[in-house]
Amino acid sequence: MTLRRTIFFKKTMLASVIGAALAGTAVLPMTASAETLRVGYTADPETLDIHEQLSGGMLRFSHLSFDPLVRWTKDFEFEPRLATEWEQVDETTMRMSLREGVTFHSGNPLTAEDVVWTIERLKESPDYRAIFEPVESAEALDDHTVEIKTSEPYPLLLNLATYIFPMDRAFYTGETDDGDEKSEIVKAGNSYASRHVSGTGPFIVTERRQGVRVDFERFDDYWDTDTGNVDRIVLTPIAENASRVAALLSGGVDFIDAVPPNDLERVREADDVKLVEINGTRIIGFQLNEERVEAFQDPRVRQAVAYAINQEAIADRLMRGFATPAAQFSPEGYSGHNPDLTPRYDVEHAQELMAEAGYADGFTIDMIAPNNRYVNDAQIAQAVSNMLARINIDVNLRTMPLAQYWPEYDTRQSDAAMIGWHADTEDSANFFQYLTFCIDEETGAGQYNYGSYCNEEIDALVTAADSETDLEKRNAMLREAEAMLYEDAGYIPLHWQNLAYAAREGVKIEPVVNAIDFPYLGDLVISE
Amino acid sequence: MIAFLIKRLMHAILVMFIISVLAFAIQDNLGDPVQQMVGQSVPESEREALRERLGLNDPFLVQYGRFALNAVQGDFGTSYFYREPALDVIARHLPATLELVFASMLIIVLFSVPIGVYSAIKPRAMLSRFFMGVSIVGISVPVFLTAIILIQIFSIGITITLFPESTGWGSWLNDFFSTEGNMPSFGRGYDLVQVFGHWETNLATWNGLQHLVLPSIALASIMLPLFIRLIRAEMMEVMQSDYVKYARAKGISMRRVYFVHALKNTMLPVITVGGVQIGTMVAYAILTETVFQWPGMGLMFLDAINRADTPLIVSYLMIVGVIFVVTNTIVDLVYGLVNPTVKLTGKPA
Repeated sequence: MTLRRTIFFKKTMLASVIGAALAGTAVLPMTASAETLRVGYTADPETLDIHEQLSGGMLRFSHLSFDPLVRWTKDFEFEPRLATEWEQVDETTMRMSLREGVTFHSGNPLTAEDVVWTIERLKESPDYRAIFEPVESAEALDDHTVEIKTSEPYPLLLNLATYIFPMDRAFYTGETDDGDEKSEIVKAGNSYASRHVSGTGPFIVTERRQGVRVDFERFDDYWDTDTGNVDRIVLTPIAENASRVAALLSGGVDFIDAVPPNDLERVREADDVKLVEINGTRIIGFQLNEERVEAFQDPRVRQAVAYAINQEAIADRLMRGFATPAAQFSPEGYSGHNPDLTPRYDVEHAQELMAEAGYADGFTIDMIAPNNRYVNDAQIAQAVSNMLARINIDVNLRTMPLAQYWPEYDTRQSDAAMIGWHADTEDSANFFQYLTFCIDEETGAGQYNYGSYCNEEIDALVTAADSETDLEKRNAMLREAEAMLYEDAGYIPLHWQNLAYAAREGVKIEPVVNAIDFPYLGDLVISE
Repeated sequence: MIAFLIKRLMHAILVMFIISVLAFAIQDNLGDPVQQMVGQSVPESEREALRERLGLNDPFLVQYGRFALNAVQGDFGTSYFYREPALDVIARHLPATLELVFASMLIIVLFSVPIGVYSAIKPRAMLSRFFMGVSIVGISVPVFLTAIILIQIFSIGITITLFPESTGWGSWLNDFFSTEGNMPSFGRGYDLVQVFGHWETNLATWNGLQHLVLPSIALASIMLPLFIRLIRAEMMEVMQSDYVKYARAKGISMRRVYFVHALKNTMLPVITVGGVQIGTMVAYAILTETVFQWPGMGLMFLDAINRADTPLIVSYLMIVGVIFVVTNTIVDLVYGLVNPTVKLTGKPA
């Protein structure tokens, strides 16, 4: 096996120049601590500008070349990174102390001004500015203290801080030779920041060919010395599931993400390969369109749908255990997770509810689902269709690829639709705000409320929770909101999709992978 | 000759024009590119602003007019995903595909000619029947499956325990059918040699060649049976013709009859079909490249479709159209060389 850990030599001029500049060790035989990690991910980062696009691939990249102020642990606790301490000064102000002695890849030291600059840039980013709406201003008190003010009392400021990856202000300031601002954020454009990068993270990008591969080298002056031993990363995007698994099994890569359910057994039983499964936080479920189907306005009909669906069977058989059956938005570990809410499969009761509501004979609906977005999405939709047939709801199911699904979804021209949601804030309130809040074009509430479901009581409760800084109280309010939504069946949850990673023996991925799907490869240890 | 080439050039331009109109007409059905460029929680107003900036809200004719005007000047638009001119992106991916197709053609030529000729000369031999049987299987198995099987056997490796391990022969057979699996299963490897510009080659290093083996076999597996059967059928027909009979009657050595007199005429239809099939191979390369994560045009195109990256899709289709025209032109030229009775311009001789 070790034979195949290729020492590869750079081919292009650019790479050899950078390689030579970085370290003289590049060509020497590797020492015990020098390890190359070959990664096969489903996708590579879209760009090098971490504020250009909010996506899983970009956040994974952010954790390689940048560091956040704080980050999530496996148990959804906050772990200090560039911020070492924080305190709530008053209801709307938080003061954070920054780690000293941290330098950017360019050699510039990290100061509070960089953090302020980064927050201001986040507020300019089309993808982030909605999330950073609550933040009013940031101010540098001294070199290593920054004060963040929110317009209202806001309990999720630390959640937001996991998205603040300080950027090198001096590096990104000024004009390029073409006269463009170096700091500008241009979507799908050829901006300076999308090609150049200077962060504080454990890895420097040495070469990048979009869609083909990205090479990283360890940053010699990385502040965290008590950490992993990976010196070089070669990231190859392998979108095809079977090929990604084959690449790992054949020893072509050391570490892959998103092991597909059909291959779990095979990977688990393979020699020299280790599988790590984690309960994910992305909820998969259905929305019922009350605008188009009058029956869905009746809570009893919605409940009947909820009772008719056997989440456990879908998770067990269709997903082969690769999902946790859900009866609410919030997965375990989230603030609003309500342990009392469990799946309630009961066809007879569902039929009674239909009869009670006057729909014993049922009706026919159109339903849409994507076929390449979520794990087994089309099959799940088919299974749900069959389950609904038992309460006499005949489903005409249409499935389509992702690129066509969202435009179709936005038209809201079907009677039911599948949607998966991951809360960007890793917080329960986010699910409600996007999926079930009464639609308000002005504020953007209910942007993904396909069914135009509206329950003002729940909305009021969640809104109140979002300005409640006493976290105990806040969690209780969110649990209450989950219970109300369960009762009202405003959303039909199916399961939280699991995550599965696999690596060759010796690559200790278990401690560095997490439910939010951003492996902290800086901390990864490879042993012989 | 010049007139012929000019005519073909006009063809190419016409083909590109028609393809561009068709590709543009269907782009609304490919999906919304903006959807993939923003996070899920980004508000509609931001999306609308982006659509406006990219000119996606303009009517069809305005969008097409803008595209055509730029295209005439050599600018085919900028890929949304690669953030580079679409032609550059294609130029970067083209060598990988061409090398793959070249390697496959090499395999096809090296195997189809001897096997085809042999099974035409000795149609009843066991070996001929075996080749024909295998070729039926080869033609019916989809390239995707062939690729996966190749990866399983030669990259991952298989362990056979079918035979009793305790006996000497059983253990020997088990070992014989089990494979180690050391072949690379994805990508072009890291040992490429730059030839010039965007062209980096797999053909110059041992590691590069190793990466090329499985994908090119998978791609060849589709066309090889076809060519074996074609050569066999043509050869058998030629063998029945009068001039071959006469050559045999004259006492010319059989070897000379087979390989000089008969084979030459056999190759005429093979060249025609072969030329057209090169274009088809570019299409099949999409599947092969996807399975082997071969960073060529096919993989790029499939990704572009998934991302609704319309400038790249339109450019790719136009380039492929041109490749078809060019290969057909070359086939016609070669045809003229091999068979001087054919007139290129199509005028009566």
